[in-house]
Amino acid sequence: MIEIKNLTKKFGKAISLNNVSVSFNKNDHIALMGANGAGKTTLIRSILGYYHANSGQVLINGLDPIKNRIDVLKDISFVPQLPPPISLNLDDLLGYIEKSSGVKREDIFYYTKEMELDLQGNLNKSFFKLSGGMKQKLLIAISLAKRSGVMIYDEPTANLDPKARDNFYRLLKQNGDEKVMLFVTHRLDEVKDLVNRQIYMDLGEIVSDEKI
Amino acid sequence: MKNLMLIAYLDLKESLRAKWFLIYSLVFGGLIALFFIAGITESQVMGFSGLSRLLLMYIQVTIVILPIFILITTVRSISGDRDNHTLEYMLSFPISLSQYYWGKISGRFITVFLPVFLAMVAAILYGAIKGAEIPWSIFLLYVGLLFAMTSSFLGIAFLISSIVRSSEMALGIAFFIWIFLLAFIDIALISIMMQNRVNDGVIISIALANPMEIFRVAAISLFDPELTVMGPVAFYILDAMSQLTFVIFSILYPTLLGLLFAILGYNVFRKKDLV
Repeated sequence: MIEIKNLTKKFGKAISLNNVSVSFNKNDHIALMGANGAGKTTLIRSILGYYHANSGQVLINGLDPIKNRIDVLKDISFVPQLPPPISLNLDDLLGYIEKSSGVKREDIFYYTKEMELDLQGNLNKSFFKLSGGMKQKLLIAISLAKRSGVMIYDEPTANLDPKARDNFYRLLKQNGDEKVMLFVTHRLDEVKDLVNRQIYMDLGEIVSDEKI
Repeated sequence: MKNLMLIAYLDLKESLRAKWFLIYSLVFGGLIALFFIAGITESQVMGFSGLSRLLLMYIQVTIVILPIFILITTVRSISGDRDNHTLEYMLSFPISLSQYYWGKISGRFITVFLPVFLAMVAAILYGAIKGAEIPWSIFLLYVGLLFAMTSSFLGIAFLISSIVRSSEMALGIAFFIWIFLLAFIDIALISIMMQNRVNDGVIISIALANPMEIFRVAAISLFDPELTVMGPVAFYILDAMSQLTFVIFSILYPTLLGLLFAILGYNVFRKKDLV
């Protein structure tokens, strides 16, 4: 499903990814780990087609995420580590997601309810005015409602309280079949019940890749 | 196309809610109101009177403040979204980069053009109610000039926004460009001319390349082109070129310049790392 071949990405003289090769297939639920600056975020952003590689190739379902960005991103859900300060109100944000990705509004409402977030009561509020936890819950709900084959979570539980974490884990367990789920995390114990593979990165290289 | 309209609509809606837009609208609307209150329509200076004089004054103030308003409010459009990671999230949805970029430009164009245009329409309406003669030729010329000026500075702003990674840097560059172009409205040109170090043709070429100077000269070109009113460079240009040719040039050139900068900006946006 995701094929990364000899990927190298440099920023100036700094090498962020050094000849990385890895593939992720259906039902791979991966914990991507490593110290700060190990290259985890660069790898994720390369999958999302944000970076032009110095060399190597990224293919998602056989497609280049830069050249075929629309087709590739139709099948990827992404939740960033820190919710960005989007100034749109929730109604407009949902409209953007509905129209750009074909996500059904009722599905987003369903998952926000599952995440115990009152979406209806906050529809006219700007996204950036929500609390950190509320933002994260909404982004998680959107990622689930999109029903993508590839789900990428960058430290997804950073802003969540224990109850919300449990809801998140429960929903992922229910929705993880036949999907690639990639979790960037510093703490394996947080996602250990969800993952079946763990990858360690260091200095832009994959130093270990194990099935659990 | 559907997504381009969506991005334009969302950018427009976002801008309408922003405080800067309120201030922006108040400044231009307030200017017109101030001119009426100050009785400018009743005064006569150098042959200009009534609504013509009001529109001329409006356009002369606009020359200075419109570019900086456009630059400051627009230059952070992409670089700001990149800075605060909004771009990273919004572009994780299946929107093409061209839809995102041109949608943003379209939305922003409406946002910055509409208040300056509506302020002029308000002036015309108020003047008509008061029974003043409506200077349609001046009104239409100024609408065209405002359109062209908005296009050129929007293009410049989006090019900067695409190139520069930090919004602070983008603001600094925008401010420098504004000061630089402003300096080359007659003031710097006259001093270069007086020193006789540079050929007159070069000075005129510099003037013709500057959208702000073109805007200024075109704005007064419908009036009697006297040296005392226009300054030496404007006088020279209008002496060398027919009025109609210059008016067409003054609308086409900044519009095309803006489009060129916007296309350059798009190519940078497309080819560089997005975040």
